[in-house]
Amino acid sequence: MHLALAVAMAFAAIQQPGIPDSILDVRTAEVASTLRCPVCQGESLQDSPSELAQQMKSVVRERLRQGETPDQVRAYFAGRYGEWILLEPKMTGLNVLLYVLPVFLILGGLVLIVFLVKKWTKTADAGAAK
Amino acid sequence: MNWKRATVALIAVAPVIALFAFGFTRDPRTIPSPLPGHRAPPFTLAVLSPPTGKTTPSVGDTVRLSGLEGKVVVLNFFASWCLPCRAEHAALSETALRYADKPVQFLGVLYNDEPSAGLRWISDMGGMAYPALVDRESRTAIDYGLYGVPETFIIQTDGRVAHKEVGPVTHVLLQRVLDSLLAASKPAKGS
Repeated sequence: MHLALAVAMAFAAIQQPGIPDSILDVRTAEVASTLRCPVCQGESLQDSPSELAQQMKSVVRERLRQGETPDQVRAYFAGRYGEWILLEPKMTGLNVLLYVLPVFLILGGLVLIVFLVKKWTKTADAGAAK
Repeated sequence: MNWKRATVALIAVAPVIALFAFGFTRDPRTIPSPLPGHRAPPFTLAVLSPPTGKTTPSVGDTVRLSGLEGKVVVLNFFASWCLPCRAEHAALSETALRYADKPVQFLGVLYNDEPSAGLRWISDMGGMAYPALVDRESRTAIDYGLYGVPETFIIQTDGRVAHKEVGPVTHVLLQRVLDSLLAASKPAKGS
């Protein structure tokens, strides 16, 4: 009985449709390009030829093959290496500043430029009228 | 002096100066690990060499973290090509001997290295007072968020990571952390 069950389970495991290698390659590359290589200078796992990066890429592939989503794979690495491992920081907590601050600074700069140009033209006009 | 302009300029520049000042208080090479305080990732690793002068665990046996419950585990990642690993080897081996009669288990994990090179290195260093393990494909190293070697993780008796040391460990550091963990794990008198 147990043997029959084991054979049936093994057969089911073989029959279970997996992700085709070509699709898995693309997904691995996508996820690996969002993760930082820990032993490189600003390179992603995808771009780095280092041994550790290649081994980490294998872990990405394995986890995707097991059915994890790209976000779950990224969460696994963030849980081990910290958020530093994510090339694009999550938009939470203080990280929000990274996304919002540049927009505010650009808008503030534009307002300042408009304000100054208006002021200078007024002064120039006043000077010309005298 | 136009005080209004000076105040506006100061308000605009102050946050930038504050940001730089904050940046100077931090070491850019230090990357905080999320592991301390959290459950140590489980591992099952094959023994590369038993502790020098002992026969158990023997080569090919496996060591599981789950099998070390109730002990403080000092997990040190090393490699034969790593120079700082040479510097810390004496501290690790000597401390392992000093704590041999206490519930402390030292383990060395060979990282990204040939087992033969690891064995040669252990022999060149005059032996290792604790078992050396092999981490195929660096799976355990990645599970522990390793950047390089040496890195040492000290796991407390309840299975949580108490301390992570990047770079060579010293006698003083090992003793301080181990003593505090052993003291904390002792049941209170009369309880």
